[in-house]
Amino acid sequence: MSDLLSRLLGERDWLMADGATGTNLFNMGLASGEAPELWNIDQPDNIRALYRGAVEAGSDIFLTNTFGGNASRLKLHNAQGRVREINAAGVALGREIADKAGRPVVVAASIGPTGEIMAPMGALTHELAVEIFHEQAEAVKDAGADVLWVETISAQEEFQAAAEAFARVGMPWCGTMSFDTAGRTMMGLTSAQMVAMVDKLSTPPLAFGANCGVGAADLLRTVLGFVAAGPERPIIAKGNAGIPKYHDGHIHYDGTPELMAEYAVMARDCGATIIGGCCGTMPEHLKAMRAALESRPKGPRPTLDEIAGTLGGFSSANDGTGDDAGPARERRGRRRG
Amino acid sequence: MADDEIILSELDDEELVLQMHDDLYDGLKEEIEEGVNILLGRGWAPYDVLTKALVAGMTIVGADFRDGILFVPEVLLAANAMKAGMAILKPLLAETGAPRVGKMVIGTVKGDIHDIGKNLVGMMMEGAGFEVVDIGINNPVEKYLETLEAEGADILGMSALLTTTMPYMKVVIDTLKEKGMRDDYIVLVGGAPLNEEFGKAIGADAYCRDAAVAVQTAKDFIARKHNKMA
Repeated sequence: MSDLLSRLLGERDWLMADGATGTNLFNMGLASGEAPELWNIDQPDNIRALYRGAVEAGSDIFLTNTFGGNASRLKLHNAQGRVREINAAGVALGREIADKAGRPVVVAASIGPTGEIMAPMGALTHELAVEIFHEQAEAVKDAGADVLWVETISAQEEFQAAAEAFARVGMPWCGTMSFDTAGRTMMGLTSAQMVAMVDKLSTPPLAFGANCGVGAADLLRTVLGFVAAGPERPIIAKGNAGIPKYHDGHIHYDGTPELMAEYAVMARDCGATIIGGCCGTMPEHLKAMRAALESRPKGPRPTLDEIAGTLGGFSSANDGTGDDAGPARERRGRRRG
Repeated sequence: MADDEIILSELDDEELVLQMHDDLYDGLKEEIEEGVNILLGRGWAPYDVLTKALVAGMTIVGADFRDGILFVPEVLLAANAMKAGMAILKPLLAETGAPRVGKMVIGTVKGDIHDIGKNLVGMMMEGAGFEVVDIGINNPVEKYLETLEAEGADILGMSALLTTTMPYMKVVIDTLKEKGMRDDYIVLVGGAPLNEEFGKAIGADAYCRDAAVAVQTAKDFIARKHNKMA
């Protein structure tokens, strides 16, 4: 394999990804309701600053400001006709920063969910979802992204649609899902089920994992769930910097840089290879994470109790995996199930 | 399979209602429509079909969603089946002057375009027999107020997924207060980054952790409101 991420994965025991996009951009004055992706064109210096923040803090990989750059999301801003332009601009700025870094830095093109519920529950068909992802993937490929990176997905059908679209453009890719509902994705997928789903894909990702969700502790429980399922490829951990708290009209995430440094080391000990942050993770968090990953040796895999003791408790008693998969309802119903 | 051979019309009333609860749980739309028609054919009042068969069944779905046994896809299918039953009952309920459960205006706040949670609450509220007026995403305060008044609603539901948009809920509540309208409505708020403390701080009646909690909270407040009037 000749792509940059495959090469780095071959050379290194761990790689550091980036932190938050939204939190950083809001701090630069992005108004809520505004599409962050439009800044790739309207406020390019802010996007350069976003990328530079991650690179200077030691990230080996950063995600482009293209999360909501699919036609389905851009439609909310009446910009569905600008998919190519907006994504190309976001990746070109990334290329510019990465190529000046003086070390290999991976430009990963962020591709977020469509925001629609897929058929049969919702209106979005598989074919249309593939088409939406394909349009965006082609745009970021042509602009020079190193790898495609689909993230914050809840439905396995949507993840599979993205995989199919990425195979069509023939690029290496990574994919993460968000486990935010009792340790599962909103659509009920467990960490073990994701591993099974990923291993069955005909064009599997270079690495897979979890991002966002609830707090850093929950995310590591998910990583342990991946490891227990015996995955065939590297694991990505991108957790939030704690949990948002409301104080006097302002919101901030309660995870300190010190806490995120502990999280990073524990993520590696759990078995993750690509480690980064998500919402609330600022350059100062990334610096602390990088320093901890470099200075501390890999340790034994932590237990759930050790994770909860260091990073705080879990949001639910179980996560639907293992022996403790939770109750099911006895029904008279003999029609299904 | 022998399992598929349940003949709804051969079940007695009690068995049929229990079977309908299961069929709702399994999201079986056609079976629910059939069950509703059978009960109506047996002379049941539309309001009894609504409450005893449909709403009671959705309560079980709501409880298992709350407890992490069911997830969004199952709930969507159940709500869809419920809606099909409701479509049959709606005109009949209006004709018979059945009591109204309550009416809710729901939408995401200005700046927030994330609507899956809001849609889910809307569906679960409909599943519980409430009328729901969905005003969509990105709503300014004027839109909430206009719709509440025009619709004669009982409940205002506001949703936000972003930490940057949730403070707008306070703007809406403060405006209601200024106009002397605050006490006319039950105000429920929800969304991933919110919590109870926040709900209290901005002057909402309640923060609802998920769609199941929203339904239960709405029912409790409506019951209290009726007691006050009695």
